[in-house]
Amino acid sequence: MRARLVTPALWAALWAGLAQSLFAAPAAATPLVADLSSRQIEITTGFTGTSLLMFGAIDGAGDVVVVVRGPRREVVVRRKERIAGIWVNGSAQSFESVPGYYFVASSRPLADIASEATLDRLQIGTGRVHLPAVGSVPPARAKAFRTGLVELKQVQGLFSIAPSRVSVVDGRLFRADLTFPANVPTGAYTADVYLFRGGEVIGSTRTTLAVRKAGLEATIFDFAHKHSAIYGIIAIMIALFAGWLAGAIFRKV
Amino acid sequence: MDIYFPIAEISLNALVLLAMGGGVGLLSGMFGVGGGFLMTPLLIFSGVPPAVAVGTEANQVVASSVSGALAHWRRGNVDIKMGVVLLIGGFAGSTAGVWLFTWLRELGQIDVVIAVCYVTFLGIVGVLMLIESLRTWMRSRKPGGARRKLHTHTWMHGLPFKMRFRRSKLYISALLPLTIGASVGVLSAIMGVGGGFVMVPAMIYLLGMPTSVVVGTSLFQIIFVTANVTFLQSVNNQTVDVLLALTLIVSSVIGAQFGTMIGVRLRSEHLRGLLGLVVLAVCLRVAWDLVAVPDSLFSLGIGGGH
Repeated sequence: MRARLVTPALWAALWAGLAQSLFAAPAAATPLVADLSSRQIEITTGFTGTSLLMFGAIDGAGDVVVVVRGPRREVVVRRKERIAGIWVNGSAQSFESVPGYYFVASSRPLADIASEATLDRLQIGTGRVHLPAVGSVPPARAKAFRTGLVELKQVQGLFSIAPSRVSVVDGRLFRADLTFPANVPTGAYTADVYLFRGGEVIGSTRTTLAVRKAGLEATIFDFAHKHSAIYGIIAIMIALFAGWLAGAIFRKV
Repeated sequence: MDIYFPIAEISLNALVLLAMGGGVGLLSGMFGVGGGFLMTPLLIFSGVPPAVAVGTEANQVVASSVSGALAHWRRGNVDIKMGVVLLIGGFAGSTAGVWLFTWLRELGQIDVVIAVCYVTFLGIVGVLMLIESLRTWMRSRKPGGARRKLHTHTWMHGLPFKMRFRRSKLYISALLPLTIGASVGVLSAIMGVGGGFVMVPAMIYLLGMPTSVVVGTSLFQIIFVTANVTFLQSVNNQTVDVLLALTLIVSSVIGAQFGTMIGVRLRSEHLRGLLGLVVLAVCLRVAWDLVAVPDSLFSLGIGGGH
């Protein structure tokens, strides 16, 4: 299920529907409507990453920012140290509720859209994701490990390095391509769209998104974790059979 | 053509994997070795998490040792009694090894321990093989060289619990094969190998078994030890990727058949010398990753009640 391509026809229909719901409704209604091309990403055998389309319409001028956040969990960051010439994992620091994935897209540079305080409060921008350290640690140490954590996530393609583009057509319709790499973690995601005007949020929507393993992949993974003993026995049986079969086939040749 | 592997949790190119399996199978057929000690580092180099590489390789070695052991069984080259004694040690050792593996993994040190084990053992075995093949080669140039004594008495023969192994024509303490089996079992669990490259020299030089039964007996017990490792890794760490193992099994058994055909045409000292070079090359590659300044000084793990 590689690229989830939205055909021009479908695209037009989606927008037409949206525009109708937005503009046909009484003017006082929401200044922002948005939807996602799919609420689900399935990781199957051929999965090499995918992209989804966040699209919608805004009422009046403004800047659009899209933020996707993956499932949060505690993460331990280890720093390598050189001991007797080899690199060994040395001291470690845990961080609470680290999103497994963080993606941001905006219609203009973030600094031009809102003040630092506002962006920080909403955790918009990779550097502004709040990552509290576990335990009482000196701020300098927490900062060093936090920087390491963010850089690693960026190298893995799981945290945005710079905001992607949100394109706005005629000051009304917007679209953004949300990209997900092959190593995207499974779980519940949220996709938030913010509409800024004059540096303030005047509207926002939240869409939920599920990333899950599907098909054979899901079956194998679930089985390995839920019935690990039977999984182990089956793995051995397969290997024994394959070994025997190979011997039998090639003995005849 | 990329395939997403559910336990390794990465996409790998199927053709590259098949080529790797075939290549290692070819070498293992040529040299009569399991190939686990080459495949595990290759998997790690291609991005498979070391813990998954080790667990999955143990599973693959079950398959490759079954076909080898069956061939030796038919020729009557398996000393069952010796195999069972080695196996008892092997079960204990590999169980302890998986426990050690789980503990090191929680500490975040498993990757470096795997790498250090590889450098140490590949280094020692590679150098020994090179020396041995050079010696044989020199000796074959000037005939009439000294022959090894058939049987020497050492302190090892004074140990209690003596047992008679008819097939191997030995009367030795059961403690010896038990210890050897246990040590190789630990290695098997941590390195994801059958351990034949340690087991075979130990059987020849420490136990004094006749060469004809060494490989068959070693393969016989490797089946059960690696099966035990596969089971325990599945239960404790969920690091066995059956899809990855199956891909490697299919390609390596085919490679091994061609390897055997090439192997019979080469002279044994040349074979051993070549294998020694391959082993040392892998050793250096693993060592490089240990000493080179890493791209990032940080690594991530899953925290909290794990």
